[in-house]
Amino acid sequence: MRNILEVSDLCVSYGKVEALSNASIKVGEGQIVTVIGPNGAGKTTMLSAIIGLLGSRGTVNFDGRLETTPDVEHLVACGMSLVPEKRELFGEMSVEDNLELGAFHRYRNGDRRYRETMAEVYEIFPRLKERRTQMAGTLSGGERQMLAVGRALMAKPKLLMLDEPSLGLAPLITREIFRIIAELRRRGVSILLVEQNARAALAVADYAYVLETGAVAMEGPAAALRDDPRVIDTYLGLGGKHQDMLAA
Amino acid sequence: MDLDIALILTQDGITSGAVYALLALALVLVFSVTRVIFIPQGEFVAYGALTMAMLQQGKVPGTLWLLVAMGVCVAALDLFRVLRGASSDGLASSLGWSLGYPLLLAALVNFLPASDSLLVQAALTLAIVVPTGPLLYRLAFQPVAESPVLVLLIVSVAIHVSMVGLGLLFFGAEGARTQPFLDAQFALGSVSLSGQQVWVLLASAGLIVALWLFFGRSLYGKALRATALNRNGARLMGFSPVFAGKLTFLLAAFIGVLSGILIAPVTTIYYDTGFLIGLKGFVAAIIGGLASFPVAAGGALLVGILESFSSFWASAYKEVFVFTLIIPVLVWRSLTSHHIEEDE
Amino acid sequence: MNTTRSAAALPLPAAAPAGIFCARNIVLGFVALLAFAPAVLPEFYVTLLNYIGLAAMVALGLVLLTGVGGLTSFGQAAFVGVGAYTTAVLTTSANLPGWIAWASSPWLALLVGLALTALIAVILGSLTLRLSGHYLPLGTIAWGISLYFMFGAMESLGGHSGLSGIPPISVFGWTLDEGREIFYLIWAFLLLAVLTTQNLLDSREGRAIRALKGGQVMAESMGVDTSRARMIIFVIAALHAATSGWLFAHLQRFVNPTPFGVHVGIEYLFMAVVGGAGQVWGAIAGAGVITILKQWLQDWLPAIFGTAGNFEVIVFGLMMVLVLHRAKDGLWPLFARLVPAAAPLRKIDAAAKPLPRKPMPPAGEVILEAKNVTRKFGGLVANNEMSLSVKAGEILALIGPNGAGKSTMFNQLSGVDTPTSGEVLFRGQSIAGKDSRAIARLGMSRSFQHVRLLPKMSVLENVAIGAHLRGSQGVIPAAWRLDRAEEARLLREAALQVERVGLGEFMHAEAGSLALGQQRILEIARALASDPCLLLLDEPAAGLRLKEKQALGDLLRRLRGEGMAILLVEHDMDFVMGLVDRVVVMEFGQKIAEGLPEEVQKNPAVLEAYLGGVE
Repeated sequence: MRNILEVSDLCVSYGKVEALSNASIKVGEGQIVTVIGPNGAGKTTMLSAIIGLLGSRGTVNFDGRLETTPDVEHLVACGMSLVPEKRELFGEMSVEDNLELGAFHRYRNGDRRYRETMAEVYEIFPRLKERRTQMAGTLSGGERQMLAVGRALMAKPKLLMLDEPSLGLAPLITREIFRIIAELRRRGVSILLVEQNARAALAVADYAYVLETGAVAMEGPAAALRDDPRVIDTYLGLGGKHQDMLAA
Repeated sequence: MDLDIALILTQDGITSGAVYALLALALVLVFSVTRVIFIPQGEFVAYGALTMAMLQQGKVPGTLWLLVAMGVCVAALDLFRVLRGASSDGLASSLGWSLGYPLLLAALVNFLPASDSLLVQAALTLAIVVPTGPLLYRLAFQPVAESPVLVLLIVSVAIHVSMVGLGLLFFGAEGARTQPFLDAQFALGSVSLSGQQVWVLLASAGLIVALWLFFGRSLYGKALRATALNRNGARLMGFSPVFAGKLTFLLAAFIGVLSGILIAPVTTIYYDTGFLIGLKGFVAAIIGGLASFPVAAGGALLVGILESFSSFWASAYKEVFVFTLIIPVLVWRSLTSHHIEEDE
Repeated sequence: MNTTRSAAALPLPAAAPAGIFCARNIVLGFVALLAFAPAVLPEFYVTLLNYIGLAAMVALGLVLLTGVGGLTSFGQAAFVGVGAYTTAVLTTSANLPGWIAWASSPWLALLVGLALTALIAVILGSLTLRLSGHYLPLGTIAWGISLYFMFGAMESLGGHSGLSGIPPISVFGWTLDEGREIFYLIWAFLLLAVLTTQNLLDSREGRAIRALKGGQVMAESMGVDTSRARMIIFVIAALHAATSGWLFAHLQRFVNPTPFGVHVGIEYLFMAVVGGAGQVWGAIAGAGVITILKQWLQDWLPAIFGTAGNFEVIVFGLMMVLVLHRAKDGLWPLFARLVPAAAPLRKIDAAAKPLPRKPMPPAGEVILEAKNVTRKFGGLVANNEMSLSVKAGEILALIGPNGAGKSTMFNQLSGVDTPTSGEVLFRGQSIAGKDSRAIARLGMSRSFQHVRLLPKMSVLENVAIGAHLRGSQGVIPAAWRLDRAEEARLLREAALQVERVGLGEFMHAEAGSLALGQQRILEIARALASDPCLLLLDEPAAGLRLKEKQALGDLLRRLRGEGMAILLVEHDMDFVMGLVDRVVVMEFGQKIAEGLPEEVQKNPAVLEAYLGGVE
């Protein structure tokens, strides 16, 4: 199987603090790969560095092309999409305008078929169709997340990166979001999923990485990690001594 | 004062108010997309008017050489970056715009016979002055695009100061007026309207509608609005802030130059007239909180009418009145906002 | 890292440089050169120096306003005009109305001019200073233009032709009617202004002023009235400008509106920025560079271009853009590098009298209580019916997964935000509607999730901001060094807190040079300096190494032992479990569990919340 994304030895520093050190991950085509880990482990930093929102050292190989200095606009045009943790919607614009903007680079490159994609997005998220003239800022938490994912899908991405899609959502909506993530894989989108909700993420993913204090601490098939006692340690700190060793 | 005088003053006020409205729109646009408080907006008005006047006198305007010089600087910067190892993608097209276009235009202006057609002169004026907008963004603002608003403002003021000096160099201290587009007079009840006033009003209205369509309907317009609302969000859609900045400055320069062409037949424009005109646009933009387009446009009409009436009552204090108008506006703004915020 | 360590570890007394290049000697040398200048220099250069001095005085005000305070004014020239016109009118009118006739001497006219300027500045300041950053500069352009046109329009001010026949100033019977003579007065005023400004910045009020740029939220939460601090520097800058105007009028013996236009105001700002807007001496450097360059360019440029005109502005504008692109700190750092004068480290007087402390509430008293706090943002319920309490001598941890609403709750508790319903009581008083300053005064002190400190200030000074409310000396005592006894007590208290949290070796290092974990500890020291009875800590252990975490834990235990109430929001479970007395767990904005750490850890709802409930 071909890898759509290969990241090797990615490092990010904020001033003197190294937020990410030598992280290496791979995402196979058509796979869901998840990165789990406690708060502050560097998960969001990793996604921001991969897409070029943050400066980094290391290499990012996307869709067979080596990006020495990842650049957002370029990577988006090449088919990478990020649904950020903060959603970053255009609050004072309608749902439909938000979706249209998701297809901006396609429009710029002369692809006028984004209306069809919009119909597909409405099919996946019927709620958005009901609200399409409403301002994005007036949506509820779950609807905002749907819009953020829908907007990213408008770009017809080869790789969809989701940062904490369940963040702050009630269990019922979280379940719905994860159902959709599984559905997207069925449609052939490769997905890199960053989650704090470890169980849900491991249930849906093919492969998983555990990130701790800026470094990959464990990796393996999602099914194997699901029952690993060390994963539970990481989350609840039940005598998690290895964490201290890493920190020291 | 009788009713006729009041009508004439109102009509004058609305005409200048329409131009202030255009400038206010440009200022709100530039600020919301790039956070630059665009003090040199008025210089584009003066450059537009005076370039047009020079073309009418059959002279080559200095602004053409400014365009060439700025293009050369941008090309040099681009080449330098590539030499330092940056990617050379798109270098050819950017060199074409920064070097090819100005040189071609210079050749055209210098070697083709001068045209007597006002439309050709206007088009040439736009072709010469408007591209300096995005070039200006590239040279002065792009390198410090992430700086605090205050730094951008000081850069903006510095550019204004330089542009006024250059204006004096290009056009001299003499003022100029251009030929009117339309010499007719229209009677509207007891008031007569000059053809040029009708032109100003129609063109302003047309431009406002065009901008409204651009921002409401076109994807590029929406992308600019999106950048103003959420820069990071727009970047993630593949819309680069650099491109947004250049596009915004292009629009602002276009609005400025067009305003200059419109008012040049009605008012004598000097090299430093632009500053006061631009600032009146600012007073209007501040009335709109540097955010609301319709309120800014309404504010512009208010400024225009206040100006024309105060020039009748106490012409020496005309400017004092207009700029003092900002005080009640600021009071109102300070009463409606009262939380401590960090100025980024 | 290592370099800061070794620099900071220098023993205190030896740190002051002993050589002839100490700051004081350089200043003395400069003054001596100035004193001889009029005697040896030709008339032209003396005049040039006079103008540099006048401009530097205005630029100095802008250094304080823009460089230190982060506010900008393009309208300083108008204040110069107010000073100049006031003295011009008062000293030239033959028949002043009786009530003001006493002010016909230049010195009394100076007082009137300063009073008038202060009045105008207070009015303009109260209109614009509360608005966010960019309205002030725009407002200054507007009133700068208004005042300029007013000078030209008013008949009583001589219109555009101005007023002439202004008498020279006399000092103790010595009439300063030549450039060589008034030179001494100009530079004496300027050096005095520099000295007092420097003194002011190195004081309690000065730290508040220096916090304006990038530290307002923090300063307010330490009890600093930032609006007052903004007003203070705005008025001081205006007074400097008016003084320059007064001297200008008596040097020229004639005034007209031209030197007070908004473009001259812009030039003053350029001087401050080119010189180095953060440094007091940068004002003189900037005024010197711009004034000399202007003289030179005015000779050359018209010759090059073949026509007359003020072409120097083209160069000034481009120079400003270059300075802002390439050297944001201006030229002063370049000058300063030529002369290696080290600033003396601040002395800590261990013998200073300790500051009085508030009595600690008895252990077990409820200090902070939240009752059914609900906070909605539109349709989003961020906190739902949250109740909790913290007692004196207890550490309570608020934990929960990301997005659970902990930060919102922290904001309700610290008074940054007001609940939609429910209330928060601090020592029995509702804190609803109280601003951060009032809350700080009550004895609540906090740290921030995203560290908020002033990176260019030393660790000691950062902590001293925490003690702001424990001092009272204002601007004037600070400018004239009458505040030293109190200042020593404040610095001693700050130094004690720095030592207490274990940052003693970094006492004089720049706060920004510390590692993130140490910066968090610094925030705790700053909070402690305010003598609180409740500490609210937002993720204090994030980014700390194991040893540092242990030290922090020990410190918090000690504080608890002294009767302090501590509430911490934390993600680091290891840290929380071994330290705190009780835990409150949040999810979806609600409290899902409360109890002893061991109990909470086994609670199924908590396990669910942290590991995720969706199968």
